[in-house]
Amino acid sequence: MATYQCNGNSSAGDLVVPEIKFTKLFINGEFVDAVSGKTFETRDPRTGDVLAHIAEADKADVDLAVNAAREAFDHGAWPRMSGYERGRILNKLADLVEQRTEEMAALDGADGGKLLLLGKAMDIPFAVQMLRYYAGAADKIHGESLRLSGKYQGYTLKEPIGVVGVIIPWNFPSLMFFLKVSPALAAGCTVVVKPAEQTPLSALYYAHLAKLAGIPDGVINVLPGFGPTAGAAITAHMDVDSVAFTGSGEVGRLVMEAAAKSNLKTVSLELGGKSPLIIFDDADVDMAVNLSRLAIFYNKGEVCVAGSRVYVQEGIYDEFVKKAVEAARSVKVGDPFDASTNMGPQVDKEQFEKVLSYIEHGKSEGATLLTGGKRAGDRGYYIEPTIFADVKDDMKIAQDEIFGPVMSLMKFKTVEEAIERANCSRYGLAAGVVTRSLDVANRVSRSVRAGTVWVNCYYAFDPDAPFGGYKMSGFGRDMGVGAIDKYLQVKSVVTALPDSPWY
Amino acid sequence: MAATASRASSSLLSRCLLTRPFPASSTGASGLRRADKAQELWAAGAPPRWFSTVPATAVTDEPIKPPVEVKYTQLLINGNFVDAASGKTFPTVDPRTGEVIARVAEGDAEDIDRAVAAARRAFDEGPWPRMTAYERCRVLLRFADLIERHAGEIAALETWDGGKPLAQTARGEVPMVARCMRYYAGWADKIHGLVVPADGAHHAQVLREPVGVAGQIIPWNFPLLMFAWKVGPALACGNAVVLKTAEQTPLSALYVANLLHEAGLPEGVLNVVSGFGPTAGAALCSHMDVDKLAFTGSTGTGKIILELAARSNLKPVTLELGGKSPFIVMDDADVDRAVELAHHAVFFNQGQCCCAGSRTFVHERVYDEFVEKSKARALKRVVGDPFREGVEQGPQIDGEQFKKILRYVQSGVDGGATLVAGGDRAGNRGYYIQPKVFADAQDGMKIAQEEIFGPVQTILKFSGVEEVIRRANATRYGLAAGVFTGSLDAASTLSRALRVGTVWVNCYDVLDAAIPFGGYKMSGVGREKGAYSLRNYLQAKAVVTPLRDAAWL
Repeated sequence: MATYQCNGNSSAGDLVVPEIKFTKLFINGEFVDAVSGKTFETRDPRTGDVLAHIAEADKADVDLAVNAAREAFDHGAWPRMSGYERGRILNKLADLVEQRTEEMAALDGADGGKLLLLGKAMDIPFAVQMLRYYAGAADKIHGESLRLSGKYQGYTLKEPIGVVGVIIPWNFPSLMFFLKVSPALAAGCTVVVKPAEQTPLSALYYAHLAKLAGIPDGVINVLPGFGPTAGAAITAHMDVDSVAFTGSGEVGRLVMEAAAKSNLKTVSLELGGKSPLIIFDDADVDMAVNLSRLAIFYNKGEVCVAGSRVYVQEGIYDEFVKKAVEAARSVKVGDPFDASTNMGPQVDKEQFEKVLSYIEHGKSEGATLLTGGKRAGDRGYYIEPTIFADVKDDMKIAQDEIFGPVMSLMKFKTVEEAIERANCSRYGLAAGVVTRSLDVANRVSRSVRAGTVWVNCYYAFDPDAPFGGYKMSGFGRDMGVGAIDKYLQVKSVVTALPDSPWY
Repeated sequence: MAATASRASSSLLSRCLLTRPFPASSTGASGLRRADKAQELWAAGAPPRWFSTVPATAVTDEPIKPPVEVKYTQLLINGNFVDAASGKTFPTVDPRTGEVIARVAEGDAEDIDRAVAAARRAFDEGPWPRMTAYERCRVLLRFADLIERHAGEIAALETWDGGKPLAQTARGEVPMVARCMRYYAGWADKIHGLVVPADGAHHAQVLREPVGVAGQIIPWNFPLLMFAWKVGPALACGNAVVLKTAEQTPLSALYVANLLHEAGLPEGVLNVVSGFGPTAGAALCSHMDVDKLAFTGSTGTGKIILELAARSNLKPVTLELGGKSPFIVMDDADVDRAVELAHHAVFFNQGQCCCAGSRTFVHERVYDEFVEKSKARALKRVVGDPFREGVEQGPQIDGEQFKKILRYVQSGVDGGATLVAGGDRAGNRGYYIQPKVFADAQDGMKIAQEEIFGPVQTILKFSGVEEVIRRANATRYGLAAGVFTGSLDAASTLSRALRVGTVWVNCYDVLDAAIPFGGYKMSGVGREKGAYSLRNYLQAKAVVTPLRDAAWL
């Protein structure tokens, strides 16, 4: 099993640890200690060692941050400047982030166990692109003039909703930050961001860059901390107008509940998934195998849209299985800073153990373990790329989001069956379809109850393509022009128009 | 310095007015005779008798040396600066003096052929429409940054070639150009077609494809801004462009087109051909390989363009043409503010604006005060070297326009309107004209009907909303209108009743990138700027596929 060798496990001296510049809360344009003075540790998942002590936000800090955001929204310059000016500042921020691509990728790499190479090639450039996309959208927020059926003139105003609470996960710290913050800021809102406690570092850095770019104080506030304390305080806050959350379904419920119990703030949730990848007989098997490898092992399976249920049509099933196992074995697990590595460690001990326990479930439920199935190396949170075959739809490993490098393989006969089984999930985030048939592609695209369908591709994210879930994968959409609507109120203005040559 | 120039100029202008008799308002026989006489004089090369040569110092000072050199005078074809095929050049002239700034390569049909072929290649085979929208976006963003980096030079070039006050080009227009390019950069990755509901089991989506090679012809009054309005959306949508600039102002487009290539624009995507309408312009309009035309200029030329498009390959045409835009001052107006706004509405850019508020309709209750104050404001207007700080008005673009404007003034005088301010050219060289205000004008007069394109305000009296709507609409043009009132009802009624593409209420010349602009009636076809402008450069392709066993329709 030489392919599973973990380079990162050799000696601590080899590890590249980026310099950590920002560890305090960012409130009203300043880095400050928590009111309580408390800190928490953020750890390097390659070793489990402490990377830095981070100021730990709690309710008192949330109050301060919300006040700052409120003030910046109610009286500050941000919503009062033109969309063009906001766009220019966001473009400036994009330039500043782009100039630090290497540094930011390294920070997320060390904090989240993410591949440095992919961070530089994907995470950070995509975050920059997202910023530029919404910078370009800031001056394109259109209301409409209406055609009213009376002696009235009507129009709509799209107004920034106000103070937005943003709670983001640890799997794509930079992307998630800008996925939510860019459209919110483009709309003219102010934000209080709680990054995940596992990965607070890049968000704090972005707060610093935001200030450099000219974003006024109070517009962006970043509060590292935990869900039950800081997160709960944001979602329950009476002066927060909207909350945008990405994370688990379980926490999503709490967010919605807190919103309901407090001020009925609007909520958007981007939650878990158990996304099917459906491969038809007419597919190029090698291409399909590569796609499935990407779909489940990319970012160590820590992706809400991971293609974790792979349905393969019976005609190519055996060939697919053989090749998929080979492909999984070619995945090199190791230090994410090593350029030859394909897969780093899981983000923390808890996730690591959770993934391993799902693997045990798979075995005990009777699925066939084809490859992987245990930790890799003896230090840090590395797990071997794992494939189960003979998985039944009702098994835990086919129903629950594992959030790790575990593929569940299933065989199907007909299109109808594939559609039915693909939809047999409480989730509905994404789906992949591999086929050469136009009819099949069109039919499956319309039939799968999921927010994104990738045909002959996977993870084809684009700032212009809305992203979000059906069913218990959440509601609301990130990305796309429409994402700005989450951060806008619509106001109809109707004026009596006694005398007009046309109505 | 500004104040000094202002004082010097205004006192001299006042002196001119005091020492020179003006023809009184008259529609009688003597007026007609005077007109005949004036025309004779004009034809004989002598100025009409109310012309004087009393100079204003701001105008007669030695021209300030422009802080810029002319770097590019050749045609820009396929990414290279090249001479015209004929080897010919034409002079571009400094309107302050009438002296030649530079000789510029003169494009003709053969050069248009070369440019269109380059654009065709760039579109049919080149990287531009094939790169991602985000990459196109970034080229345009970098271009905007480069414009800002070279803003000083660009503004100086624009002022030199076009006679526009430097403060206006440097602080207004060049930043607007950068702003406009950023606006379209932001559109590049947001061009959406609709997925449409079909009546049966079909999937139907609309692809918005670039139209191909766009031919664009721009005027001399806002060379760079027109460049931005035209080139911005065409490029954002993924097209290739052949741009013909006005022969009066070829310089700035060549300069910025070079920057656009520095920003990463592939060769052949933007080709700039300097030259004249009947030769280069006509060749572009008639070209069988040009897929779309966009023109800003006179209504007369617009007709020719539409005709050439019809006779060749039926390419779609957008036209942004002339105007005789009403500026309506209601009786509740704050007269001082109305006077100032109306003044800027017509005199901005030497009156050389297609949307100039050249018919000032004033309610009878405030009419006398308005006329008096408009006259005073016009007399205070600082005319002089556009490079001088504090100058509000530079020279007209060229001798032809200069003479044409003065002919219109003569016709106003002859027609019996009262010229209450500004009788003359200003200075004794270059194409400076004193700001002119006519009162007591009638709707039927030429000065109230035709586009003068100069610093001539025509004030007309009205007494009711219905009346002013009728009179304001009684023109073949329909580009813009100004409405000045505090009354919500009046503003709403007028906004809806005026048959024009833009209504500015209590403001004027607000030309943001996102606000669509264009004309009703003979002021043109189509809209520029805003989301509306994108459709000028996109084809809509419906792609329809049967659906088998779809889950929903």
